Amino acid sequence: MNEILEMVDWSRAQFAMTAMYHWLFVPLTLGLAFICAIMETQYYRTGDLHWKRTAKFWMKLFGINFAVGVVTGIILEFQFGTNWSNYAHFVGDIFGAPLAIEGIVAFFLESTFIAVMFFGWERVSKRFHLVSTWMVAIGASLSALWILIANAWMQYPVGTAFNIATMRNEMTDFWAVALSPVAINKFLHTALSGYMLGAVFVMGVAAWFLLRGREERMALSSIRIAAWFGGAAVVLLAITGDRSGVIMAETQPMKLAAMEAHYDGARRAPLVVIGALKAGETADGEDPFHFKIKIPALLSVASRHDADAFVPGINDLVGGNAEYGLMPISEKMERGRVAIAAMSEYSAAKRAGDRETMQAVAEKFDPLTPVGKTFLQDYYSHLGYGYLSSPEDAIPPVGLTFFSFRVMVGLGVWFILLFAATLWMSYKKKLDRRWMLHTLLWSIPLAYIAGMAGWIVTEVGRQPWTIQDLLPTVAAVSGTSTGPVMLTFFIFVVLFTVLLVAEIRIMTRQIGRGPDDVPPEAIIPPQLAKTEEKQA
Amino acid sequence: MKRNILCRAWRFYADGFARMTWGRGLWLLVLIKLFVMFAILRLFFFTPHMKNMDDARQADYVREQLTHPRQ
Repeated sequence: MNEILEMVDWSRAQFAMTAMYHWLFVPLTLGLAFICAIMETQYYRTGDLHWKRTAKFWMKLFGINFAVGVVTGIILEFQFGTNWSNYAHFVGDIFGAPLAIEGIVAFFLESTFIAVMFFGWERVSKRFHLVSTWMVAIGASLSALWILIANAWMQYPVGTAFNIATMRNEMTDFWAVALSPVAINKFLHTALSGYMLGAVFVMGVAAWFLLRGREERMALSSIRIAAWFGGAAVVLLAITGDRSGVIMAETQPMKLAAMEAHYDGARRAPLVVIGALKAGETADGEDPFHFKIKIPALLSVASRHDADAFVPGINDLVGGNAEYGLMPISEKMERGRVAIAAMSEYSAAKRAGDRETMQAVAEKFDPLTPVGKTFLQDYYSHLGYGYLSSPEDAIPPVGLTFFSFRVMVGLGVWFILLFAATLWMSYKKKLDRRWMLHTLLWSIPLAYIAGMAGWIVTEVGRQPWTIQDLLPTVAAVSGTSTGPVMLTFFIFVVLFTVLLVAEIRIMTRQIGRGPDDVPPEAIIPPQLAKTEEKQA
Repeated sequence: MKRNILCRAWRFYADGFARMTWGRGLWLLVLIKLFVMFAILRLFFFTPHMKNMDDARQADYVREQLTHPRQ
């Protein structure tokens, strides 16, 4: 393997590992914060100490997860500067602005109100404490919003102009970046997946208490709140997931085609519900599946909301399809190389001190000039293809994307059924069935797997791009040697393993101890207390 | 008045930390993690690749990298 590909692979492996480790903590923080806030609201409304005790128990687990997970995302930012320096420079202030806002929001909202949430129980008013808990929950989701806006821009770069003098993409329209359809939908889908995971975690841990015959009231009331919260989240997840498919068909058709292993474009395109993909490349026209179960026209419906719509396949996107206006990638590669040649011309002119040529080239990249409008549309928008060695380089790993998508959707369906069954059994007072409690407990890892599978679809499915159509990974990595990246990869393996073991140990120990403060038998619901007073 | 608010905020945090029980171990973990990340990893392993270049030099360097990519 040549040096540059080794650098790309090790840098990607390190980034993927760090991001996946970071994502072990984020969704639980997002979901558990809201569940704590709902429980504390119950305490505020009813004055029932049971709810205070229950909220405090889940806050303790929230605190552990938050403390172990906090700042693990910063390592990703370290990697931008060291392993992905071309990319870090090229994205310019697109990342700077959202990350700065995220830092301020995280610091002022989360850090300030988390202190009140944990230290303020007996020291601030009930109302202020409740507001603080809600602010922690809202602040956590707002932090995620800004990170996801930055990620969405990489998938769908809008609201920016490229400056050839600084070699940076400069933000021209903040709201176009922040409110792009990809950003909004990505935030909703990702945050909702976190809310769902938080709910599954609460139901699973509460089920563990019921299996042990402990804390029955706390466990049953926690399960009911989590099931409502998670049930609402998973329904909205399905809606935003549907919207993701439509947006993807518009903005990243190759990702959609890879996700469905859809090679030959068609009207009334079928959706393969499940299938066994053949290993390696398949010949033109050969069925890529050993076997498959498909539903006619469903892919057209899912991606275009129209059963007769044409959905381009991988072969259409690579080789082009004149009937549907799809440019072949070989043509995009030629156009990308014209854009690269223009940058090269600028460099040569700068070295020679030729200001006239520099100005002429700069105009090509200026969207406000007539020549710029044409050049940006016809050539710069295909810049990244100029770095590809062959048209096939633009195809993401089909197998991994295909199976990850099915794992994510399959588990999504599982969780819809799980929340519905849990709510039904909760109201029918049938949550003493041990098989159901075991199902709830063992669904916790499934929620993490669903989230990871979703990220694999998003990130592996958009390969080879770091920035869609503009910068492939092969051009985004730093011009350094692979050795240090390999070394830090293994340092992270050790560090993350130690931290993860520490978290699981602390978390399981605190779960084992259960809620503290007032013992359950000392808590009498207010209505019951009034009745007892009257009887006395 | 302003000083009073600052004093109360200080007392709030100081008392909160002093009364911590199981949270102490977590804070220790957070501090160790911050030390490893910023004092070891950032300092020795994650020096920004273009740290010693000014803005103009960085632009020239990236332009060179993107017009003559390594194969």
